[in-house]
Parts: sequence; structure tokens; C-alpha cells
Amino acid sequence: MTESVEREEVLRVEGLRVYFPVKSRGVFPRTVGQIKAVDGVDLSVDRGETLGLVGESGCGKSTTGRAILRLIDPTAGHVVINGTDVAGMSRRQLRPVRKQAQMIFQDPYNALNPRHTVGAIIGAPFKIQKIDPPGGIRTAVQEIMERVGLNPEHVNRYPNEFSGGQRQRIGIARAIALRPRLIICDEPVSALDVSIQAQILNLLQDLQEEFKVSYLFIAHDLAVVRQIAHRVAVMYLGHIVETAPRSVLYSEPMHPYTNALLSAVPVPDPRVQSERERILLGGDLPSPLNPPSGCVFHTRCFIAQDRCRTEVPQMRTMAPDHEVACHFPITEPLKGGVIHGPDPGLTAPLPGEPGYWSETVTDLGGVGSPRLDSANSTDEGI
Amino acid sequence: MSAFLEVKDLHVSFPTGDGVVRAVDGLSFSVEKGKTLAIVGESGSGKSVTAQAVMGLLNRNFADITGQVWLDGQDLLAMSDDQVRELRGESMAMIFQDPMSSLHPFYRIGDQLMEAVRIHHKVSKSEARERAIDALRQVGIPAPERRVDDYPHQLSGGMRQRVMIAMALINSPQLLIADEPTTALDVTVQAQITELMLKLQAETGTTLMIITHDLGVVADMADEVTVMYAGRAVEMGTTDDIYYRPEMPYTLGLLASVPRLDSDLSERLDPIPGNPPSLINLPRGCVFSPRCTFKGEVADNRCATERPELLASTPGHLVRCHLNAAQRQAARESTT
Repeated sequence: MTESVEREEVLRVEGLRVYFPVKSRGVFPRTVGQIKAVDGVDLSVDRGETLGLVGESGCGKSTTGRAILRLIDPTAGHVVINGTDVAGMSRRQLRPVRKQAQMIFQDPYNALNPRHTVGAIIGAPFKIQKIDPPGGIRTAVQEIMERVGLNPEHVNRYPNEFSGGQRQRIGIARAIALRPRLIICDEPVSALDVSIQAQILNLLQDLQEEFKVSYLFIAHDLAVVRQIAHRVAVMYLGHIVETAPRSVLYSEPMHPYTNALLSAVPVPDPRVQSERERILLGGDLPSPLNPPSGCVFHTRCFIAQDRCRTEVPQMRTMAPDHEVACHFPITEPLKGGVIHGPDPGLTAPLPGEPGYWSETVTDLGGVGSPRLDSANSTDEGI
Repeated sequence: MSAFLEVKDLHVSFPTGDGVVRAVDGLSFSVEKGKTLAIVGESGSGKSVTAQAVMGLLNRNFADITGQVWLDGQDLLAMSDDQVRELRGESMAMIFQDPMSSLHPFYRIGDQLMEAVRIHHKVSKSEARERAIDALRQVGIPAPERRVDDYPHQLSGGMRQRVMIAMALINSPQLLIADEPTTALDVTVQAQITELMLKLQAETGTTLMIITHDLGVVADMADEVTVMYAGRAVEMGTTDDIYYRPEMPYTLGLLASVPRLDSDLSERLDPIPGNPPSLINLPRGCVFSPRCTFKGEVADNRCATERPELLASTPGHLVRCHLNAAQRQAARESTT
């Protein structure tokens, strides 16, 4: 990360680790292993900037977002929001921090309390933080509703009276109510139809321009992230494998995983689609309970060599702001046809072999869901 | 070439306490043998209900269905449940969005595949097992002779979707309906499954009907596209018609709202304003008119009062819109 005078860091994450213990079954459960959901993540977000965090399901992107806001307690690492390290803070100490850092959730149906009116939901942050806006909370709420494209007259309605897109607007209104400096957006548009998705993305961009708020935008859809992010970090199995400014990441991706991910996204254009070069990765995401040795991506990588199986690649700066964790970064554009990754038959573990899917699933059976119910978040003052 | 599947004037409505939900309202389309038709639309457009009506999966006690569904010369809607059951799994099969809820969690995948074989064919258990293993091999499951004894929870999402495809194809159906086949999967796995379906279709010559909201998947797979909005087809044509010569403002809006990897970085998305209408209380005129930005160009407020017909703009390219050719041209140029 190059430092410059204008940059003002709103969020810095260093060496973030989140491990979930795996317990044995029985009356006296023992910890028999750890799921390394997030394993050493560094990132930073500047004022007014959007950092996109992309990856497939199970890569740890949502856990990262939740650990930053302490919805999940990190196992190790530092989370500095506006200059304060929140990683070791108590709940009481966290409360003032949450004025500065808010969250927008994926599912607009579960993130809003169905028994609270829209006015109560959007007004909750004021009450929790004991802030008395000029003109009263109700006026403030109605102003925010107007700003996010909701009819202020609907202040006394309940969430079930709104469509999915409108509910996401309510979630956004709650998040911006206190004018935070940072909003973590966890898949904010993936539950919405395309025509509504575009409305919400444009709204988030407008609000950023108006309030200079920073976003950590977590999503699996690379095309959506490309639309909104200034910089993008790509995550795989608990690690960030590549970070670059948007224009660079999408035109000159260096990590083989980023290359594969980009080539897998279909473009809504039949002619472009038939002429594109494709990389088909074999197999599935390995189990985070038993991650591969060396580079975590080597089991699915199409250019992996012996070194990748033994040595963990370190993050290297390849160009200004462009960091890659790979022993053999791709610097020449890939050419031609379909490149196949390793055959899934060679990589998918069989019964009895380490990392076999059933092991993970049966072992997980004993663990309570580590997720915090997002519906409770209003009461937590987030 | 004649139509292998032909749907004529299909109406599906569900009486509810709040009123009658008109999920599909006068839909007609046809697919030729060996071709791929994509039905595209957002949630509530009626695309999945159409698929379920074709497969005979809707309970007629709760759904009013009228119209005709001709599959290879037989009208499925005129048949008894038993007759349709004989065709289902044998002549026509379906792949669902969520493979976990479509596979029985208590039975081994091999047993589920064998059941699909033995319902339609009088074969021994060992022969059915052989067929199950073959089907798993065909869809790229590694070590199928060992995996055949796995339970669904022992497989990853991508593997389960492969098993679903194997089960759908095990009796070599002539029609395969895929309802959002890749939506629940990660992009890299999505690419694997798309590739697999294209490969299998090339090998078997199956007629394919894909139900999806993902215009990228459509671009990859379809020959013909039907765009649905609020229970009716608003535009139909070849894939090239829809992507390069779209005429209906909804299609234009849909294409402009999708973020693309190859768009200009400085461009903002151009969303369709407003929300989809309630299927209980549809607008009087064109169902899209409340959200349409071009309705002001049509004289006499016709968009708000008169339902447009689905008419051919060029042979094979049907559009449901009151705009005339010049206005459509201008609309297309203003959005792209």
C-alpha cells in the first residue's frame, strides 16, 4: 500500500484470523479441530472508497466482514476503525464505534424485525446511540427515507408491506442514519432481481458521493463488484490472493484463481461469449477444516508446480497497489480456447481420504452455528 | 423441422384469499427438436410455473390450468395424472435449482438413480446399478463405482447438481427442463455445469428448455429466447434477436441493468424504475407500462388502457408493445 497525503484510512485490518472450533460429539465434547474460516487477512479502506471483497461461498468473505464489526469475535489480528483498534474491545466500549461503522445485510427479509415499523427500524440507531437529531427522530427518519427513495408517508408501515428492493432500501436507510464513515455491505444485491439490483447499486454510489462514506463491499458477483468498487480484493479459502485497483484487476489479473474466476463469469452477449477464452477449474472448494498444504489454491490450479504444494506464497507487490500471493503470477495474457484445470477426478478426495466432504459435514454436526442472527442486529445497536 | 414441444395459450392461476393470482396469462411458444429455448424473467414473471405446468407438477386442486401442452404429438394437459406420470422421467425430465432439496437425504444417490431406472424399465437391480454408475460417469463424477453409495450430504453442491443431471438423463428423455440449473452454484462450478449440459446435449440431441433470470447463462446456451414479464411473453425470438435487436422496452431495460465484465468502467447502470406489478391486481393496459420510460411516445395513452398483442416484428421475432418500428429503433439507440 503506497501512502499519500490525501488518503485517510477509515479501516485497516491486519492479520485477521477467525477460527471456529470443531467439537467431538458426546456428553463431553472436545475440540478436535479448527475451521480456519479467515486465515491472516490484511486489508485497508480509505475515506470515500469502496473496496470490493470477492470470492466463492465458503471463502471467508462474510466472516471477514462480520469479524470487522465484531459480530463474530476474531481469533487474532487487529481491526482499526478510524484509528481505534476494536479487536479486543468489550461490548460496552464498542458502542460508540458503531456510530462510525454500520452494516447492510444480504437478505432484506431477515434483516428487519417484522414487528417493528419502518420508523422504529430506521430510528433505532438514534435511540441506541442516544442522539437527538434537530427536529426529532421522526423528522430525521423521514428525511432519510426520502433520501433512499422510500415514501416518507410509509413511516408507520411494517416490513412485510414492502417489496424486496424497498426492504433493502430500509436496510440502507438504517445503515446511513447516523452518517457512519464505514459501511460493510454483505452481498447487498444478490437477493434482488436484476432490474432492482441496478437501482440499489446506483443508490449506494449516490450516497457515497454525498456522505463520503467508505464501503467494504462483499459479493460473489464479479460484475457487480466491478460496477461499484474502486479497488478489489479476491479471497480464496480464508486468504486474500490478489488485491488491485479495479481497472487493473479486471484487465490484468495475475493470480490464476482471479483469471479463472473472471473467465467463468458469463457475459450477456452470445457472440462475445462464444469467442471468450475460458478456464474451467476442476473440482470444488477444498474443506477449510483440512486446507491443502502450501498454496491453498494448488489443488485446482492449472499452472501449479511442485513448489506450490509445499511453500505458502507470500503477498508480493507486483505494481503500485497491485499485490498477488502466487509463486507464478500470470503476467502475459492467457491465450486461446478452453484451459482445463486439474481433472476433478484427481483432486476431489475419495471416501477415507483427508478432506473428503462427508468428514467435514459430519464433524460440523456437533458445532452450533457460529453465525449471529442478523435479525437481532437492531437491538445490538449496529 | 416441426415443433417438439408446443405450448398453446397456457393460463395458470391460483385462487388465494387475497384474489386470483394470474401466474401465467396466455403463453404460447414452441421448441424444435434438439434446440434450446430459454425462458427469461425476474421473480414472479411466471417462468417456473410454466415449467411446472409442462411437467405436470402443479396440483390441479389449487391451480386452474387451461390451454394445451403438446409434447411430440400428445396433449399433456388432456392426459390423466397416471399417463403423465409415465412420461415424466422417461420422455421428459427436470433439473431443479436446489439439488439438496431435490435429492432425498436418507437414500444413497445410487438407490435414487436406480429407482428412476426401474420405475420405467423392467431391469434387474444389478443392471440398474450399472446404469446408475454409467450415468454418474457421464456427468463427470469421479470414481462413480464408489460414489454411487454416497448419501447426498456427502457431496458438494456442484457434485449434487451433477447427480441431479445424471438422474434427469438416466432414461434418455427427449425433453429436459432445467429450472435455474446454475443459480445456486458458485461461478467456477457454474461454468463446469454449463459446459457439461452443452456437452450432454450435443451427445444426446435432447431438446432443452432453460428457465433462468441470468442473461449470461442464456447467452451461453440458448438458440431461442422468450422474455416473460408478469405472466406473459413480452418478446420472443432467436438469441441474436433478443441480444442485438431487442424491441420491447422491458428487454431493453433488462439488458441495460445487468452489470457486465466488458462494459465501459465509467458507465453507470441504467435501471428500470419502479417495482414489478402485483399479479392479483394487474395494470389495465400493458403490464409493463407503469415502469416503461417510453410510454409517453404512444398516442392517446394507449399503453395505460389497451393490452398490446404479441405481434411479429420480423419473421420469428415477436414483440408485445404499442411502439411503432421507428420508436422502437429510437428506444434501442437511447439505451445502448
